[in-house]
Amino acid sequence: MMKVVEGSYAVAHAAMCCSPDVVSAYPITPQTHIVEHLSQMVADGELDAEFLTVDSEFSALSVLVGASAMGARCYSSTTSQGLALMYEVLYNVSGLRMPVVMTVANRALGAPLNIWNDQQDSVGARDVGWLQLYVENVQEAVDTTPQAYKIAEDMGILTPIMVCMDGFILTHVYEPVELLDKEKVAGFLPAFKPEYVLDPANPKTIGAFADPSTYTEFRYLQFDAQQKALAKIEAVAKEFQETFGRTFGGLIDTYQAEDAEIVLVTMGSVIGTIKDAIDEMRAEGIKVGLVKVRSYRPFPVQALRKALKDAGVIAVIEKDVSIGNEAGLVTDLKAAFYNSKIRTPIIGFTAGLGGRDITVKDIRKITEKASAARKGIESEFEFLDLRTEILP
Amino acid sequence: MNPKDLSTYAKNTWCPGCGNFSILNTMKTVLSSLDDEGFPIDNVVLVSGIGCHGKIVDYLKVNSFYSIHGRTLPVATAIKLANPDLKVICCSGDGDSLAEGLDHLMFAAKRNIDITLILHDNRVYGLTTGQYTPTSPWGFKGKSTPLGTQEFPMNPAELMLVGGASYIARGYTHGIDLLRRLFKEAITHKGFSFVDVLQVCVTYFNMYESYNKRVYEVKDNDTGSFDDAMKIIRSWNYDGAEAPIPLGKFYQVDAPRFDQAFPGYEPHKVDRDSQIKKMLENFI
Ligand SMILES: Cc1ncc(C[n+]2csc(CCOP(=O)(O)OP(=O)(O)O)c2C)c(N)n1
Ligand code: SF4
Ligand SMILES: [Mg+2]
Repeated sequence: MMKVVEGSYAVAHAAMCCSPDVVSAYPITPQTHIVEHLSQMVADGELDAEFLTVDSEFSALSVLVGASAMGARCYSSTTSQGLALMYEVLYNVSGLRMPVVMTVANRALGAPLNIWNDQQDSVGARDVGWLQLYVENVQEAVDTTPQAYKIAEDMGILTPIMVCMDGFILTHVYEPVELLDKEKVAGFLPAFKPEYVLDPANPKTIGAFADPSTYTEFRYLQFDAQQKALAKIEAVAKEFQETFGRTFGGLIDTYQAEDAEIVLVTMGSVIGTIKDAIDEMRAEGIKVGLVKVRSYRPFPVQALRKALKDAGVIAVIEKDVSIGNEAGLVTDLKAAFYNSKIRTPIIGFTAGLGGRDITVKDIRKITEKASAARKGIESEFEFLDLRTEILP
Repeated sequence: MNPKDLSTYAKNTWCPGCGNFSILNTMKTVLSSLDDEGFPIDNVVLVSGIGCHGKIVDYLKVNSFYSIHGRTLPVATAIKLANPDLKVICCSGDGDSLAEGLDHLMFAAKRNIDITLILHDNRVYGLTTGQYTPTSPWGFKGKSTPLGTQEFPMNPAELMLVGGASYIARGYTHGIDLLRRLFKEAITHKGFSFVDVLQVCVTYFNMYESYNKRVYEVKDNDTGSFDDAMKIIRSWNYDGAEAPIPLGKFYQVDAPRFDQAFPGYEPHKVDRDSQIKKMLENFI
């Protein structure tokens, strides 16, 4: 049923359709509406779950560790400072192989204090062992939620997952969305039947010590599970398409990329703007296309090699910066190509930090710079929209 | 000094009628009077958390530090220890000091460090638009608790008393005279001073009518007595719609302070040249 709703409501509704047993969260802009809607759904009897309000994000995710140990399907949502405060627990959840699903309403981190959108928060947490899917619009955020549970709860994977959606741009927008049907979701997403739970009839310890003789193997198994998730993410996206008739890609997605000489690579809601810019430039005869990275962890090395092998030049646009060396996506992409036969020039741009708009004009500027880079890279990485006039 | 001199050009974004205005005005009066009495205003540092309360940093022209949510007191603690000559005043919210930052609050009291904490206790998360906090009454219907919270509120004054704070008081944003007196006492007190301000949030938890009927000022209480203070503090547990609410100074004692153990770090006073000369003489 197509409805005009707020992005946060749509995501809360999607989470509700997945029938989580326990939801726990702490309010933080721009995530707040998602969990408020969920608390209302619990109050209205629409969702039969325990909704735990807590004193901090650290507690919120810790609550889910306990709940998950008891075999509950768990959901949370946070952003920015909240995600940062969860850091210790993020590793706990992934190391304990708890398939928690969490929506990250991407927001900039302080200092300086800023409540607007960028993706520094989750990109900065790329190594914590969680899977990370980035969505381009509200519909994709909705559709990705049940997919996330299905991937995370796969017995060969058992890995938590962040569904990353741009704060405000997607959480606070009202747009027509096809809301999910709870029964249909139940058919797509089987009930969670964990193998290892705390059970008085079958005593066990969760969270035990691993000394140097076994610790590496635990990490290896997590690494291996992320590699297995590569195929699973694709398969689940296909299955979702068969059931619901929609897809926004598996590991990656493309737009006008087949014959493109200049290929832009990015994640998240800026894709809408990029598609508009591509349409404009294509009309002028510029052969430009897009590869969207939907799965940032695991990083889809083979899929990207395949999709980008014929590009003349690649420009990465991202809303994060690895302060000290370029930015997450561009570095990962270059690493993915180094040992392949691909020798395409790759340049990187950080843009849209702390809520600064990325416009069609910006995308055209990137495309021009990329085009010029075919004759020789002048700058490997830059802050695209830097206001040099206010710098000291 | 005219209190108005402590205004800034920042545009005020608090809701009209918000209790924070009373706190801001009281701070201006009290700080300017301190300056008049010879305590230089430039030696005052205001530290805030994140919330509606935190915006006071933008509106009050003194040295200030806008910290992150829940971490007001650790920042203030270090500022005080680094320069004990400073007057360190914290403006923090009930979410900021009683939820995310509760551990820090307990340690500040336990250490009896010479800092003042003004708690903007609106009993709601104002900035994130109306969720329950540790001082919201039982059954509070906030945006995250549509059926009403199932937790009983915390009594922060009680926590401060057992925690070791050496000055404890409660004010109300509808009683400026009392607020002024309490702020002045708390700021000039040596040790950890805690003022719980019933700051009305007109938008998400408007308690004006209820408070107006119930507040009274304690008189003739023995502020040096732990037991007396406890009795007064426990007479209202932040719950129920009827109980009278005591305001005023509940407790004040002289107690050893954490900051006394640190002999102020003052690098500018060290005569580096003569020290280096001495070292060289030792070696040459
Ligand atoms: C780690 C973290 N979690 C959540 C937030 C979001 N947040 C900002 S202000 C606030 C609550 C403020 O409540 P309170 O301290 O009572 O201040 P008030 O707005 O009521 O003055 C929250 C939860 C944050 N900034 N950082
Ligand atoms: S939301 Fe409440 S606390 Fe915040 S400014 Fe408005 S009235 Fe004041
Ligand atoms: Mg508050």
